[in-house]
Amino acid sequence: MKKLKIIIKLIIIFLFLQNYSLAETSQEVDEISKNLRCLICQGQSVYDSQSDFALSMKILIQNKIDEGKNDEQIYEYLKAKYGEWIVYDPEINKKTILLWVLPLILFVFGGILILRKVSIK
Amino acid sequence: MSKNFKLISIVLFTLFSFFILLKGLDKSNIYSPEIEQRKINFNFKAKYLFSEEEVFINELLNNDGMSLINIWASWCLPCRDEHAYLLNLKSLNKLNIIGINYKDDEKNAKQFLSELGNPYTNIITDPKGINSIELGAFGVPESYLIDNKSKLILQKHIGPLDDKAFAKLIKIIQ
Repeated sequence: MKKLKIIIKLIIIFLFLQNYSLAETSQEVDEISKNLRCLICQGQSVYDSQSDFALSMKILIQNKIDEGKNDEQIYEYLKAKYGEWIVYDPEINKKTILLWVLPLILFVFGGILILRKVSIK
Repeated sequence: MSKNFKLISIVLFTLFSFFILLKGLDKSNIYSPEIEQRKINFNFKAKYLFSEEEVFINELLNNDGMSLINIWASWCLPCRDEHAYLLNLKSLNKLNIIGINYKDDEKNAKQFLSELGNPYTNIITDPKGINSIELGAFGVPESYLIDNKSKLILQKHIGPLDDKAFAKLIKIIQ
């Protein structure tokens, strides 16, 4: 009975170890793929998706990392292929300026409103 | 007066939102990127379907004319539909048609071709789907018309070829 317990414990530890090592190897890929939009399954990141497109993308990212490319280079590479839409972090340009500036404007506007209310009282 | 104004602005805002959303319903949600990089780096290796040799895609695009790169798989139903168009294009004898066999079992792929005919001049395999990403592809089927000399994409078609896409291709080829 005691032996059986030890064996079971060992098996459990072994299973955990394996899980841990699996997570370790693909951590960098996870980091990058979380910032990528899965283009054929909208609303999901490449990290979340199990579609063929996303699975291939993860392999490709791993390959690029193995080649010694850094995050920035991989994003640039994918942007050149699929356009800016693939990254979740929009650049500041003519098309996205409103996206970046609008919250600021709203914040300032809201601040003015609050200040006015307070000063009236 | 101010009550009326509030009511009117709420109604107007609701109507405004309603029509915006209504219009949004019609909009296609298939996203296709404007190809920024019309020139593709074809400098990657892939294995032939019918032999064990590997080849650079560059070497397959070496004559003066145009090439059609078609991504397909035997498990892909729309690929069956578009196959007739590919055979048709082959019979024109003007295009170098290159097939990329996407994430497929080689046996099934060969059976697919013996069943429906083989329109391809060369077929390379893409078991992991990486080569297709090099081309900027989304999945299967997908076709690229390429000018061999400049290596520029002349026409890109996502999804199975249909009458409209076929007519477009023919127009460019001739």
